[in-house]
Amino acid sequence: MGRRVLVTGLDTFWGSKVAAALEKHAEVEMILGMGTGKPSIELERTEFVRADQSYSLLERIVRATEVDTIVHTFLVVDSTKMSGRDLHEVNVIGTMNLLAAAGAPGSSVRQVVVKSSTVIYGAGPKDPTWFAEDSPRTSSPRTRLERSLAEVESYVRDFADDNRDILVTVLRFTNVLGTSIKTPISRNLSRGMFPSVAGYDPQIQFVEEDDVVRCLELVVRDRIPGVYNVAADGRLPWSEVARIAGAWRLPLPPVFTREAAALLIRLNLLELPPELEDLLRYGRGVDTTRLKALGFRFDATSAGTVELFARAVRLNRSVGHHLPSYTYDSDVEAFFKYSPAVVRHTT
Amino acid sequence: MVQTQHDATGKATSVAGDQDPEGGALLRFPGPPPDDAGDRASSGPGNHQGHPANAGRPKPAAKTGRVRAASAGSGRKDEPSAGEREPESDTSGPRPGSGAAAHPNGASTGNASPGTGPVLSATTEAKDGTELKSFLADLETANPRRDDVDAWGRSEHFRELARKVGSFYYDRWFRVEWEGLEKIPQTGGALLIANHAGAIPSDAPMIMQGIETELGRPVYGLADYWFRTLPVLGTLWSRGGGVPAHPDNAYRLLHDDGQLVLAFPEGTKGPAKLSRDRYQLRRFGRGGFVETAMRAGVPVVPIAVVGAEESMPILFKVPALGRLLGLPYLPVTANHLLLGPVLGTLIYLPAKFRFRVLDPISFDVKPSLERYPRSRIMEEAEAVRQRLQVELYDMLAHRASVWFG
Repeated sequence: MGRRVLVTGLDTFWGSKVAAALEKHAEVEMILGMGTGKPSIELERTEFVRADQSYSLLERIVRATEVDTIVHTFLVVDSTKMSGRDLHEVNVIGTMNLLAAAGAPGSSVRQVVVKSSTVIYGAGPKDPTWFAEDSPRTSSPRTRLERSLAEVESYVRDFADDNRDILVTVLRFTNVLGTSIKTPISRNLSRGMFPSVAGYDPQIQFVEEDDVVRCLELVVRDRIPGVYNVAADGRLPWSEVARIAGAWRLPLPPVFTREAAALLIRLNLLELPPELEDLLRYGRGVDTTRLKALGFRFDATSAGTVELFARAVRLNRSVGHHLPSYTYDSDVEAFFKYSPAVVRHTT
Repeated sequence: MVQTQHDATGKATSVAGDQDPEGGALLRFPGPPPDDAGDRASSGPGNHQGHPANAGRPKPAAKTGRVRAASAGSGRKDEPSAGEREPESDTSGPRPGSGAAAHPNGASTGNASPGTGPVLSATTEAKDGTELKSFLADLETANPRRDDVDAWGRSEHFRELARKVGSFYYDRWFRVEWEGLEKIPQTGGALLIANHAGAIPSDAPMIMQGIETELGRPVYGLADYWFRTLPVLGTLWSRGGGVPAHPDNAYRLLHDDGQLVLAFPEGTKGPAKLSRDRYQLRRFGRGGFVETAMRAGVPVVPIAVVGAEESMPILFKVPALGRLLGLPYLPVTANHLLLGPVLGTLIYLPAKFRFRVLDPISFDVKPSLERYPRSRIMEEAEAVRQRLQVELYDMLAHRASVWFG
């Protein structure tokens, strides 16, 4: 029997990308995507079901569809787009419901993949230059996002302990850049004005968005459990990131940083979530030895990732957003998927 | 390569003969074990080329001939200057982020990675607007890096600049002289430790300057994370080879990258001591330097420093004001009395510096273990401290003048 995969956050970048990638695998028999909104890219054979953000419906869905793999991509790591309460609801309560459904008696689920973030390590002066997967934080979680991720991972940890027969994979992605993903860093860079804390030039690590998708694909396909850092080779100073991206660095004072940036944030000229502010002081590096031991190779280095992103930004500046837009329409999708008029070639 | 499989219990078992099923120590998931020593060296995040670069370095000629006997000025004339050595030391610094060229398997997407088995289909399609990905091939050849800052934050260009400024202090002001420089390994990692002194310690930059110009090997200086918290200074410190003194950092630099690392086991207790306690070694922390050297499998090379104490002697301290300013300690120095609060902070007294390198100490233990016997660590640390103390007394007994050596 083929794999039956449930992907959460189908309406987000990650969910849709992962679903699109899994569609190409013949051994994946069925892909079910969940999301609070409509999918934003065209998908061939992924089924879509709309759910509320805390996934209270999930247990019924899992039971009804007998999925064997859950790819939980819907963890919000961009705290600018959501209130603290919603963030908690999505990350903590959503994951809790998801794990409850996956671990219910008689559950068909055999693997749970969770997309976490290296934000969980924090960024502070006492940090080691490279965090390994088992390195502890050097300070207690400071921001709402960090706290929610810490709670999520602790649920996942408990889940793994309680369900020894289910493979649990946690991928901690570092700052992702790419041609299509939008993050506070990418939005700042594309605006051409980039916040920095005067006097600090931290070392930042990136990962290219397609490397991320390939990595998710790999752990699902090969059923790989464990915790892995996902980050490209090398780190580069913030100043160099700005230079490659052709962005102007706006120096914010080292004290009262947030207050100084408040107006610009209000005017939407700048994005500075608290996690980014810490990163702009101390940077972060993560060790990817464990992931590479699986044979995974990154296509782009950290610097290459920034360069690639810079080219995409320059192209967009010249020709505008040239990507074909896609609007999900359930009638149209249903027609293509189920109408006898459409000629379908079975794989 | 590790291949994971589903066994009867659903736990991952790795075919490659991994021993430890509890790999993820933090999240005690079944997973691959912590990388062993071999893996680390080849695929750690930092330096992929550290060892070979250093290993290939030719031995500087006639180094042993000019120890102790050579006078400060004349012996150094025939040495290549920092600038001349630059191309050489340029390649020796770690270049982890130096673009796709450093990427062993970059050109071939997932396909060629030996462990991934069947081809991972490319997830990029023109309809996503990811046609830009075709530039990836181009990135393989064109290095996107604009700077030479390595993964530790060190910049060889900045070091070169710092050495130019430092050479005034090194050659003219402190008139540094070395004994036993040949005892510092030409290749591979070594943990250099020294006594630490002077309100704003000048020993660290001088030792780094000396080894980099005389041996042509980069030195990374471990220091309190406090430096990182300082705007501007913290950045300059990092570009100049400063690394936060975290055991993980020391291990990676020594073991994975095979670099020379300078540490001061006394910590801030060394420079914070009063002038009347000069050359009395403080406690060597908890012997962490010994443990780090054991784990990294590198020798400890002690360096006895004479002169730094007198370059900025502390008369007394003002703890209350220090706390208020967030400083580790706030000293009032002889320099302050002579030159006032501003110049006294900036200008060192021109004491004569002498560095004596002691015989390297190798610990006959298995590297990369989780833990080493505490008693052994404390014993070794105390032995090193005693040796350094004895050498310091010997050097002081032979010193005719604080200013002329």
